[in-house]
Amino acid sequence: MKIEVIGSGCKKCKALFELTKEVVGDLGINDTVLYSNDINKIVMMGIMSSPVLTIDDKPVLVGMLPNKDKLKDIISRNI
Amino acid sequence: MSIFYPVQLFSDWLTYSVFSLAPNSIFSDAINFFIYDSIKIFILLFVIIFIVSIIRSYLPPEKIRSILSQKNKYTSNILASLLGIVTPFCSCSAVPLFLGFVQAGVPLGATFSFLVASPMINEVALVLLLGLLGWKIALIYIISGLFISIFSGIVIGRMKVENLVEPFVYQNTLNGNIDLPTMSFKQRSIYAKDYTLEIMKKVWLYVLIGIGVGAWIHGYVPADFLAMYAGSDKWYAVPLAVIIGIPLYSNAAGVIPLVSALTEKGVSMGTTLAFMMSVTALSLPEFMILKKVMKTKLIFIFGSIVAIGIILTGYLFNIVLN
Repeated sequence: MKIEVIGSGCKKCKALFELTKEVVGDLGINDTVLYSNDINKIVMMGIMSSPVLTIDDKPVLVGMLPNKDKLKDIISRNI
Repeated sequence: MSIFYPVQLFSDWLTYSVFSLAPNSIFSDAINFFIYDSIKIFILLFVIIFIVSIIRSYLPPEKIRSILSQKNKYTSNILASLLGIVTPFCSCSAVPLFLGFVQAGVPLGATFSFLVASPMINEVALVLLLGLLGWKIALIYIISGLFISIFSGIVIGRMKVENLVEPFVYQNTLNGNIDLPTMSFKQRSIYAKDYTLEIMKKVWLYVLIGIGVGAWIHGYVPADFLAMYAGSDKWYAVPLAVIIGIPLYSNAAGVIPLVSALTEKGVSMGTTLAFMMSVTALSLPEFMILKKVMKTKLIFIFGSIVAIGIILTGYLFNIVLN
């Protein structure tokens, strides 16, 4: 499974990356969380906010930094 | 502001009965002012951000893009500015927004109109203006903000600066439109509630500090103290306010209460408006991020045109509101 945080390099994006790593660890998933600065990936998905969290290249979270429980919920629903 | 009369009663009760401060002293006045303003502003923040978030849930940027890419040149500037009001804007999203708009065929000028209006006319600034300076000033702020964003966009569009945009921007044209999930009203309310809380969490401390310092100024700084430095007859006050405002972006929530207190002490209204516009619309971090998609020269042109618009607005209202 490919879990990736894509962002423009802003604070919010890095915070989402850190939180995602934490949640993925808590859920016992062994895949590494990737981090990308390639905005074109976001744009090509038709999305215009940053950061974006994708699972297997499918956007599951757009333009926001949720709290930990919410992120856990989003990730576990999409794996 | 009679709907806030109960808040005034409550602050009076808290100040004079609970804290047993003697009325009409400078200290008790400042405390009373602080309690009243804080409660009023927080009520307004909750209500207005919630309402704006509901509206916003109907207008995600992806939808705005499809609206804007179908309009003709001048209406698109006006529409882009109006839509900018209800759209959240974080410098994180400046680049994807810019790319998304341009690649979907939204004219460059309209894209810039949006980039100016979106951060400048935001709900937090509006609440603070409304709560601290009254609806007339808030309305003046919105209307002049719209004018500045519409005209900046038109001017940039006329300048034919497409060559100053990084070439890769034009290499892709957008094909895939994302299917946005439709939301029930309940989901929109949850989204609005979450968003309101997120904003409150981000700004509450700045707002309190701003109102606190504002209350201190209100009580302790003599009236007209600043008139000799920043009154409407001082030509340099407006441009100076704009320059000071540029690096203060992230603190808009704290700066506005502070500045509104300064208007009582002789800073003229046009200067105050120009300062607030500069704080919200001219943001250094946003400029840095935009370097990824455009040449420095274009950022400079963009910043200068907006700054000139703000300065002219400042002068105009220093004359009109005097």
